[in-house]
Amino acid sequence: MPCKDSSGEVTEMARKILAIMAEGAPLNEVAEKTDLPLYRIRSAARELVEAGLAEEKDGSYVVTEAGRTAMETVSGKA
Amino acid sequence: METPIQETPTPSFPRLGQPAPAFEAQTTHGALRLEDFKGSWLILFSHPADFTPVCTTEFVAFAELAPELKKRGVELCGLSIDSGYSHIAWIRNIEQKFGVKIPFPVIADINKEVATLYGMIMPGESKTETSRCVFVIDPNGVLRAMIYYPLTTGRNMQEILRLIDALQTTDKHGVATPANWKPGEKVIIPPPATADAAEERMKAGFETKDWYFSKKSL
Repeated sequence: MPCKDSSGEVTEMARKILAIMAEGAPLNEVAEKTDLPLYRIRSAARELVEAGLAEEKDGSYVVTEAGRTAMETVSGKA
Repeated sequence: METPIQETPTPSFPRLGQPAPAFEAQTTHGALRLEDFKGSWLILFSHPADFTPVCTTEFVAFAELAPELKKRGVELCGLSIDSGYSHIAWIRNIEQKFGVKIPFPVIADINKEVATLYGMIMPGESKTETSRCVFVIDPNGVLRAMIYYPLTTGRNMQEILRLIDALQTTDKHGVATPANWKPGEKVIIPPPATADAAEERMKAGFETKDWYFSKKSL
């Protein structure tokens, strides 16, 4: 599930995943809240890390500053 | 000086009871790895080619089977030696022409990497297409069952569902399942391994034909 579209913008689903991750939710909870299968969330989390929008620490995912900026940009705060 | 003989790499052939070969592949749902499915059962299946009639009937049938599989904690993942664009176009075509949305990812195995890992190509049938293979992989990533159908014969979805039910029943209850078994029917109790256990089995109160052949209801 690419986290960025063809123009390089963070996709709506990626933003939604970041927002749930930012609450400290583990990936299975992200899957439940997005109504997506866990395998897609695992794939998305990997892509978010590769894009520098999240980091993995001891099996948990933390939204990076760049990830928070992406979320805020969309919500109109930036 | 002799020229070294270039040997064609031998395609691997996965084995039951061993870890399923790991892969990372581009799919219609993005880049996926086998490990992404850990914790779920997975049916990895191949089809010969997009935009072909038998495969289309199978994709419709797999999509219709998906809700029953989901109840059993089973994910589906298709594969063929076609591009991602071909898969997308075919999936859209199926939705338009047959009214069926394909809910599972499909691997675009254009370089045959996954097909070769899993022995999906039968050169006697076709060197450029995968046969109709089904691999059942358990939540621990172990290959539990394989079914191979030829290019000409569409698969029986009810048999695939029956196979899943049988494997899950075996795991849950430590039993085996007889020929043509369906959920709700009696199961086979593993035969005793010692003479004393065989004697005990005869008195255990199961439906016993002889010491090695006992059934029970779950």
